[in-house]
Amino acid sequence: MEVKLRVRRYDPEGDRKPYTQEYAVEMPDSATVLDSLIQVREEVDETLGLRCSCRSSICGSCAMRINGRARLACKTKVVAVAPNGGTVNVEPAGNMPVLKDLIVDFEVFWEKIKAVVPWLRPEGPEPEREYIVDNDKMLNLNTTVACIMCGACVSDCTSLEVDPGFLGPAALAKAYRFVGDPRDGHKLDRLKQYTEAHGMWDCAHCFMCVEVCPKDVAPMDWILELRREAEAEGFTNHNGVRHGRSIAESVKEAGWLDEGKVAMESMGSIGEKLALVPVGMRAFFRGKMPPMGPMHYQRPGAESVRRIFEELEAKE
Amino acid sequence: MVYEHDVLVIGAGLAGLRAAIEATRKGVDVAVLTKVHPVRSHTNAAQGGINAALNEGDSWESHAYDTVKGSDFLGDQDAIEVLCQEAPGEIIELEHMGVVFNRDENGRLGSRAFGGASQARTYFVADFTGQALLHTAYEQSLKYQIRTYSEFFATSLIMEDGACKGCIALELRTGKLHVVKAKAVILATGGVGRAFEPSTNALICTGDGMALAYGGGAPLMDMEMIQYHPTTIKSNGALITEAARGEGAYLINSLGERFMAKYAPNMMELASRDVVSRAEQTEINEGRGVDGCVLLDLRHLGERVISTKLSQVRDLAIDFANVDMVKDPVPIRPGMHYIMGGIKTDITAKTQVAGIYAAGETACVSLHGGNRLGANSLLELVVFGRRAGESAAAYATSSRHARGGESLAEKDAQHIKQLTGAKTKGEMAGPLRLELGKTMNEFCGVYRTEDGLKTALDRVVKLRERYKGITVQDKGSAFNTNLTAALELGNMLDVAEVICRAALFRRESRGAHTRLDFPTRDDENWLKHTLVYKTDGEPRLDTAPVTITRWQPVERKY
Repeated sequence: MEVKLRVRRYDPEGDRKPYTQEYAVEMPDSATVLDSLIQVREEVDETLGLRCSCRSSICGSCAMRINGRARLACKTKVVAVAPNGGTVNVEPAGNMPVLKDLIVDFEVFWEKIKAVVPWLRPEGPEPEREYIVDNDKMLNLNTTVACIMCGACVSDCTSLEVDPGFLGPAALAKAYRFVGDPRDGHKLDRLKQYTEAHGMWDCAHCFMCVEVCPKDVAPMDWILELRREAEAEGFTNHNGVRHGRSIAESVKEAGWLDEGKVAMESMGSIGEKLALVPVGMRAFFRGKMPPMGPMHYQRPGAESVRRIFEELEAKE
Repeated sequence: MVYEHDVLVIGAGLAGLRAAIEATRKGVDVAVLTKVHPVRSHTNAAQGGINAALNEGDSWESHAYDTVKGSDFLGDQDAIEVLCQEAPGEIIELEHMGVVFNRDENGRLGSRAFGGASQARTYFVADFTGQALLHTAYEQSLKYQIRTYSEFFATSLIMEDGACKGCIALELRTGKLHVVKAKAVILATGGVGRAFEPSTNALICTGDGMALAYGGGAPLMDMEMIQYHPTTIKSNGALITEAARGEGAYLINSLGERFMAKYAPNMMELASRDVVSRAEQTEINEGRGVDGCVLLDLRHLGERVISTKLSQVRDLAIDFANVDMVKDPVPIRPGMHYIMGGIKTDITAKTQVAGIYAAGETACVSLHGGNRLGANSLLELVVFGRRAGESAAAYATSSRHARGGESLAEKDAQHIKQLTGAKTKGEMAGPLRLELGKTMNEFCGVYRTEDGLKTALDRVVKLRERYKGITVQDKGSAFNTNLTAALELGNMLDVAEVICRAALFRRESRGAHTRLDFPTRDDENWLKHTLVYKTDGEPRLDTAPVTITRWQPVERKY
């Protein structure tokens, strides 16, 4: 079949801004996007820059945006993304500076991995043999260990788009890998560190990382798990914790979200609360003020919602 | 730039990182140089596990004998004894470093069965053991704050007074050449699978270390020994782990027979890889295949076993063979997978050239002889990676840095200029590589003949001539992957020539080297290693004795 590719290109040494270039190559029906790009590079245009190695979705080299979404090029069949012989759009991964064509700079990515202290830190004397650990706990960690550090989650993370300092889904999934490891002796230090600014509470749970992860690591799930662990260990003096609790309270109370109250209650300090005033003013003058105080009436069915809460709380 | 370190490790797979960790522990200044980021290394691809005699009732002697037998008695028994004796300690160390090994019901390390092994002694992390080990080693390299030159390609070794003193390296991001001086160099650059098409190997497996050492005067040993893995997917050569058969999968032909009963009645699907691959190829050649393949049947294992222990390969089969192994058998065939041969080292990882040490697939100690057992390769990486680190650190305390500065890179700069500078449009590296790969796969595959090997050698020599006239179209400096591909092709052509010559040299059938014109093992004349040395003219062939400590060669049956 003929595979048509529209590739976003950038040459750091030339004076051209990023531009797109179209290629067409003849490929077998089973071809992946990576196979097609390699065909281009080997037989059509040797200057095309991309990273790739294993071709078996295990080395993590070839994450890039294909038709607008981060994917491993080696795991993406052409027929799956261009079923009717259409053109496949190929761009470099997002949220990382482009170095050349499809090659992005991973330096910050690795710095964030390093920032979570990504090695096992046991306490006490080492056992003579292996640590005795429940297999289910190990299997649970397998999901995070399966991360190949391809950066697909980072590419499409919406929180990183607005806060480049955010540790991000890959580093936080790696962080959980140690928090959840019964052999590690620094769970509390770790949780304390990860609750700091740009940490676990900065995730906006948009699900993008879950959706794009080629290895089903589901980083967001582990970020939520980190939050549960942090709360359980008493790291509760955080806007994120207050935010979650306030949402639950207001829904339990009235059957729906009291946005104004949640905003106020999430803020831990007077200063932060005051900073909300101008935001509220602007919302008011534009007619976007959510119903607050007495205006936040009980929805019909609020009683049923409350019962759901009560039953769940009883189960815990 | 000119950099200086005591020990320089080239390659950052598990062998390289393990070596770097050990040398660091010995207190010397260590740097790792790798053409890809460490976690992109090909160790990732090892799926099934890592062997050690740790279970009650198992013994290192049993592991060693299985390895000796698997090697078709070509492995050096002193080296194999070291490997198997040190295996349990290394597994425990890896566990302490944080590897999330699978456990048994008591919370202890749980093992699985593997090919050619008389006991279930393969320890594992689902079906991505290599990846789990590599990432853990990378974590440790961060803990030890080991200096890593990531995305630097070694273009040549610095040789002075017959000793190796570091390397010249191309920084891929900038295209600049650097001089990296070191008192000792460890080569841990992996195999040369890309000289074959198809191959299970990653695109980065281009025999760089072998070519560097060979060029520096070190002999390559047993290079004719190429392993074809019995279960690879036809469309792209992707690997289905032996653990599938370890967990109980069957191999069946077009008649629905479990054909291994004819070839290995005792071990069946879990005979040595060379035996299984030959059996499959025979079935296919004799017309009992299915579209050039045989079938790997896992259906009786059930979805739970498949999804917890073989999840990654289930996805691979869905992606690349359009088959869900829970529901249908997977068409598979033998595919080039591993090279048992490599840079000759002793059991301390020392080569015949002062200052060069080697470990992992790039080296040949020899542990695997004519055929490597599954899950012994990861083991080799940690045991001999550690030994390389120890030896190189010790040597570095008594050797000196190279004289000279940036001018050491002059020759390589000229070479690169010549490759990129030519204005006329010469041949491209890509199609040449493909021709090389197809040639090697056709004539240096599961079954070989004198005529075929001569054809292969002839073609490789001609390809080398054509290689001299290639042009690198990309003239840029930043990430010129076109240039690195051309340099890699040069390495592969050197190594491929050695493979052909060694295969012509060994006139018997042993392990993975099956000559239809010499169909039996010939212990009288060929119970020895082949060596190939680079010279100014044709390569020089030689042999070396096999070390036998306690197991005399007997006929090999499974």
